[in-house]
Amino acid sequence: MQSPEKAATVKNKINFDKWGYIFIAPFFLVYAIFSLWPLLSTFYNSFFENYMVGLAQVGPKFVGVENYQTVFGNPDMLKYLGNTLIMWVIGFVPQLAVSLLLAFWFSSPLLRIRGNRFFKTVMYMPNLIMAAAFSMLFFTLFADNGPINDIMMDISIIKEPFRFLSSAWATRGLVGAMNFLMWFGNTTILLMAAMMGIDPGLYEAASIDGATSGQVFRQITLPLIRPIMLYVFITSMIGGIQMFDIPQILTNGKGGPARTAMTLVMFLNRHLYSKNYGLAGAVSVVLFALALILSIIVFKFMYSDRDGKKAKAKEKAAAKAKAEAAALEQAEVLAQEGGPR
Amino acid sequence: MTAKIDGKRILIYVVLILFTVLCLAPFFMLIINATHSHPDIQKGFSALPGKALWNNLNHVLHNDNLPVITGLVNSMIVSVCTAALSVYFSALTAYGIHVYNFKYKTQVFSFILLIMLVPSQISALGFIREMMAFGLMDSFIPLIIPAVATPATVFFMKQYLESTLSLEIVEASRIDGAGEFRTYNSIIIPLMKPAFAVQGIFSFVYSWNNYFLPSLLLESKSMKTLPILIAQLRSADFLKFDMGQIYMLITLAILPTVIVYILLSKNIVGGIALGGVKG
Repeated sequence: MQSPEKAATVKNKINFDKWGYIFIAPFFLVYAIFSLWPLLSTFYNSFFENYMVGLAQVGPKFVGVENYQTVFGNPDMLKYLGNTLIMWVIGFVPQLAVSLLLAFWFSSPLLRIRGNRFFKTVMYMPNLIMAAAFSMLFFTLFADNGPINDIMMDISIIKEPFRFLSSAWATRGLVGAMNFLMWFGNTTILLMAAMMGIDPGLYEAASIDGATSGQVFRQITLPLIRPIMLYVFITSMIGGIQMFDIPQILTNGKGGPARTAMTLVMFLNRHLYSKNYGLAGAVSVVLFALALILSIIVFKFMYSDRDGKKAKAKEKAAAKAKAEAAALEQAEVLAQEGGPR
Repeated sequence: MTAKIDGKRILIYVVLILFTVLCLAPFFMLIINATHSHPDIQKGFSALPGKALWNNLNHVLHNDNLPVITGLVNSMIVSVCTAALSVYFSALTAYGIHVYNFKYKTQVFSFILLIMLVPSQISALGFIREMMAFGLMDSFIPLIIPAVATPATVFFMKQYLESTLSLEIVEASRIDGAGEFRTYNSIIIPLMKPAFAVQGIFSFVYSWNNYFLPSLLLESKSMKTLPILIAQLRSADFLKFDMGQIYMLITLAILPTVIVYILLSKNIVGGIALGGVKG
């Protein structure tokens, strides 16, 4: 009775499994036409001389790596990479610090913060705002005769309006501040999810041992969320090298005073807009190389997660944290015994 | 001891309220200024709402130089279509990988994970040249169709299916004689409603806010989307503009996403950590 049934299901499965290809076909078809082919074509184009002089088309003519020599020979490229990194750091460092602190407070079983959901909802909101509109808003708010200058003059911090967009560091600071506002809520939620996964027993043990919340944070929380912090760091960096909308709108595509707020993608956009395809191709390939290196790191992290290697790492980390907690306990005992009475 | 903890709690709440204010202040100033007339705004910032809200709205919607209503409609068309295609086909792809045991299945999923992080700007050059060759410049098709292949959404849908779908439902549907597509459309999609909602919102917002590609593809006045209009406003002679209208246009650009967010914030905030792969 059983065997024919079994044979039937096996046969069914073989038949059904072909449907898998049909179900994934639209994705791969569209990906091939609209993403993969353009990507290959970008690489291909980077080896050709191809630009417009007025209305006259020059090229396409094969020139080998000449475009790359032009790009790397141009000190501007390095400057724009530097600008991109600086503005990313201005946004990311406070973002990570604030997110760590907020996530620790929100997830702490000892503090039991009220209105947790309200705060998270408000802090995530800037992430969904149109970056172009957000940037335009900052441009109007921080304009020479804008409300920020008005308010600062009203409470007599300054006498003359401060010209934010004429100062390189103020412009970069504004870009960094916008990136911070847009992303710290997102990072807080990610870190919080990681912190919620920590065994509450560890916190309880630490609290019984009389550890301060600073000690708990440094000795238990930080070591256990290191993998997710790496993930946040790298994905933010990948987002950082794509920085475009905010500085583009804030500086009207000109890159601020003396191009000190010009990013790599703004540079790429400029070449694309003026149909300078050879150089645009070379810049794209450089950006691709940067993103690829960073992506491989993330991919490795995620892949090891799926293999369950991370479960082992987690166990190790937990064991380490327990050991640390024990060491902490000993230290406390020693301190109490040896301390001045 | 308790006094110490209370003091600390007060400090924490003060910091939290400070960040809340920091997040809300730009929007507060935006909305306040959108209710003031141009001369009022020039006089200096006032924290009280003005009376020019309807005036500003009327003027900006009927501005001859700036096709704001067309822009709103265009942005809406592109974003709704993008969201619909993205969730339907991403779930289809994820379902295909999750339910069927075809050859190279794990490699297919690894490939999708790998391409998830490739920034779209990198292939913009090839993309634009291809659209020129296809005669699709100044059309919404290049902004909508690529949504069929959204790796991050596939990843999210796959995780959702793994945690919610039992294969017995699929088996039961087959025994009842439903075809594979019928099973997907009438059994699986209703089961995935929460995931569709979250990812639909993310796709909508992403497309609504998208500026880089549309600004390179769309040329004629009647095709422009809102972010392009904002950029245009920025490059126009700023001082000649009615500031009340500028603030009103920014408000119009961000309002739809804020409303959707407030209505569905519970689902969204829960979904961020689950998807975990945005920028």
